[in-house]
Amino acid sequence: MNAPVPRDALAAAASSAGVGPAVAEFPDPGPAERRSRQAEVVTALSAVLPTSLLLWQEEDTIPYECDGLTAYRERPLVVALPETEEQVRAVLKVCHRLRVPVVARGAGTGLSGGAMPHRMGVTLSLARFNRILQIDRRSRSARVQCGVRNLAISEAASPHGLYYAPDPSSQIACTIGGNVAENSGGVHCLKYGLTLHNVLRVRGFTMEGELVEFGSEALDAPGLDLLPLVVGSEGMLAVVTEVTVRLVPKPQLARCIMASFPSVQAAGEAVAQVIAEGIIPAGLEMMDRPMTAAVEDFVHAGYDLKAAAILLCESDGTAEEVEEEVRRMTEVLSGCGASRLEVSRDEAQRLRFWSGRKNAFPASGRISPDYMCMDSTIPRKRLADILTAIGEMENRHGLRCVNVFHAGDGNLHPLILFDANRPGELERAEAFGAEILETSVRLGGTVTGEHGVGIEKIRSMCVQFSPEEREQMAALKRAFDPAGLLNPGKVIPTLHRCAEYGQMHVKKGLLPFAELPRF
Amino acid sequence: MSKALNSLVERVRAAREARTPLAIRGAGTKSFYGGAVTGETLDVRELSGISSYEPSELVLTARAGTPLADIEAALAERGQWLPFEPPHFPDPERPGLRGGTIGGAVAAGLSGPSRSSVGSLRDFVLGATLLNGQAEVLSFGGQVMKNVAGYDVSRVLPGSLGILGVICEVSLKVLPLPPASATLRFDCSEAEAIERLQAWGGQPLPIQASAWWQGALVVRLAGAMAAVQAAVHKMGGEGIDPVLAQRFWNGMRDQTDEFFAESRRALADGAALWRLGVPAGTEPLQLVGEQLIEWGGAQRWWVTREPAQRVRERASRAGGHATLYRAKDKAQQLGAGGSVFAPLTPALDRIHRELKKAFDPVGVFNPGRFYPGL
Repeated sequence: MNAPVPRDALAAAASSAGVGPAVAEFPDPGPAERRSRQAEVVTALSAVLPTSLLLWQEEDTIPYECDGLTAYRERPLVVALPETEEQVRAVLKVCHRLRVPVVARGAGTGLSGGAMPHRMGVTLSLARFNRILQIDRRSRSARVQCGVRNLAISEAASPHGLYYAPDPSSQIACTIGGNVAENSGGVHCLKYGLTLHNVLRVRGFTMEGELVEFGSEALDAPGLDLLPLVVGSEGMLAVVTEVTVRLVPKPQLARCIMASFPSVQAAGEAVAQVIAEGIIPAGLEMMDRPMTAAVEDFVHAGYDLKAAAILLCESDGTAEEVEEEVRRMTEVLSGCGASRLEVSRDEAQRLRFWSGRKNAFPASGRISPDYMCMDSTIPRKRLADILTAIGEMENRHGLRCVNVFHAGDGNLHPLILFDANRPGELERAEAFGAEILETSVRLGGTVTGEHGVGIEKIRSMCVQFSPEEREQMAALKRAFDPAGLLNPGKVIPTLHRCAEYGQMHVKKGLLPFAELPRF
Repeated sequence: MSKALNSLVERVRAAREARTPLAIRGAGTKSFYGGAVTGETLDVRELSGISSYEPSELVLTARAGTPLADIEAALAERGQWLPFEPPHFPDPERPGLRGGTIGGAVAAGLSGPSRSSVGSLRDFVLGATLLNGQAEVLSFGGQVMKNVAGYDVSRVLPGSLGILGVICEVSLKVLPLPPASATLRFDCSEAEAIERLQAWGGQPLPIQASAWWQGALVVRLAGAMAAVQAAVHKMGGEGIDPVLAQRFWNGMRDQTDEFFAESRRALADGAALWRLGVPAGTEPLQLVGEQLIEWGGAQRWWVTREPAQRVRERASRAGGHATLYRAKDKAQQLGAGGSVFAPLTPALDRIHRELKKAFDPVGVFNPGRFYPGL
């Protein structure tokens, strides 16, 4: 969503969104007391950081008031910009002693408000941790500081014929630390996995300021495998300062098939059929006609504007492998009723095929004053069902929705178009979005595939998880952060707020496999 | 709730109230792994059967007590497999046969020969239903490939040896069997083998598994027919007959190969079998004994009489860790207060204890199996 919302409206939204604990544990004491708390925190932090690395004047903290989810904004008490691990440790120790919430931040490209500041907290910007410490060709790994950009890792590894596989659309700007916090995906994760599958080791600090390492440069580490908890924990378990990632050999060749389909149902069927044939494409993406029209107007990639849906199906590997796979993919796609097939002839054309997909968000920004990007995942076979349901919702909510999917993963990115300046449209868009998420859960999916819960989807967590499951997550957080100071108010809604959200949202009530226990 | 699950919930509730420890058990094929456990046996085999399998979704969901063999057969029928290749160990109740359940495979978290190329068992877990120490049945993750809603509890269960709760059901990502494979053999020293594996790893070659023992490096290629053929041509070596090769890799997976068979004799004689996880390119380790290297160099099995402290010190100096995998008397090998798994740093140790409390507050599940006191 890219429409700013005034703070009062946000406060109302946040309280109805179930961010109760933040409000309860860290009460907003009013301007005068906030100023005195700010002075106390600035004084304490000045003892451990040069004042040039601290920001607290309003005009300095404004740039930090939101992440990529710009509708939700908040000013932090203080922004700290440490440059060394020692300084990170010192800031955490001070905050722990004074019981100040800490919100870690990378490039601020997140799409769910995970890095939205806390009004009574310190925003810990790790932007200065931007050094690549080691690219090891022999072990095919890179050890980098958390603020290194995703794409910068692949660029540095390139001379060795290696790259870092996960490629979220924001990869030119987003940092590896942010990727770890969100367990970011990308268009190639069906074949190459998510951030979790490509991270070997994470180094950071607990809220108490204790150095801790998860994983190792071997393929496993003693004890519980805590990497899957830390990766995707949205900055709520530890502050990450250094990451070792796995690098993989660059494929010699990649070719992309662009296939047109007369209906979204046929395209959805083709996705399932490709997989059923035993093919794991390097990328398998789908756009519906309204989306295709929007991006074609923007990038002129030569998309088929008559198709109800187009699929981008990519093969990579050695020349022999790609030839074999493209042949098999073409057969399957034709067999599923593709009305037009085009295989990229060269790298320039392949990148042109992808340019529209990668620019889906900015293209949507051109056709609508505002848009809200959803991120649910469903079983692949339900693609046609969810599209039909979204079509009905468009009529009911009186808003348009354009659709792009990581089809191979069943990960949807419906973009709801609206105009925040028109009274009531934002609320209608939010209701539309919530309905997409609830429908996804009902179809056997999840409320977020790769963007994270943050502040945006905290209410939808009530739909997906039972009170006992949410309490288990809260207990898990306390095991890492007993004082509850790391990014409070995100991800896990309180029981109370979920109860308020509505009794009709019965968790998992309509899931398949009714014989399984549900509580 | 099914009758089988209901009765497990009741058992856990009663155990929690009476503070009686429970030892969770599937087929009992991996009881050798980890520390000695105390407690009443909680058999989960009633909780059995494949709940759903959608080949085109690449997802299989099965209850914990489902035999691995049933799952593998269902997958094979549709040309798919569990790429992490869980080992099959002898079934204590059916002499001469090998068994194991999917719940046990996840709890142990052991992966087979292709781990270094396809990922570990953990990488294929999509979701799980867990019965925690409060006798609550909780589901995490799901049946979809991408899911970042809340903490990924299902993926911390692999290798947790049951200390967080009873795994009731798991959803796994499965994959199509590779269309082609080939096995090559090279005669070379340990140091050469490690070097070659690193060099190959940096190239786009379809290397799926590797094993080096006593001067022979065996490599399995798998992938598209064209890619495998091109790699065979490029890498050279001696091609191994597919039937023999299959037998060899099964022996690696199930730890029945000659190296392991001989290790049993040495174990009876007081030696120990250690599993060392180290960075793949680690140079030959200076230990005395017999060694098998897998996973491109990242997994090194040692049958040795060296003291535990020395084995651990060698592993940690290389940036890895060592597990006392098998021994006639593990306690004696480790000495007082020792643990089968490498000791944790103080920060991690604290988090482990707190996590245990978060899932199993009164300490019902598998005391002693993982670390003393957990």
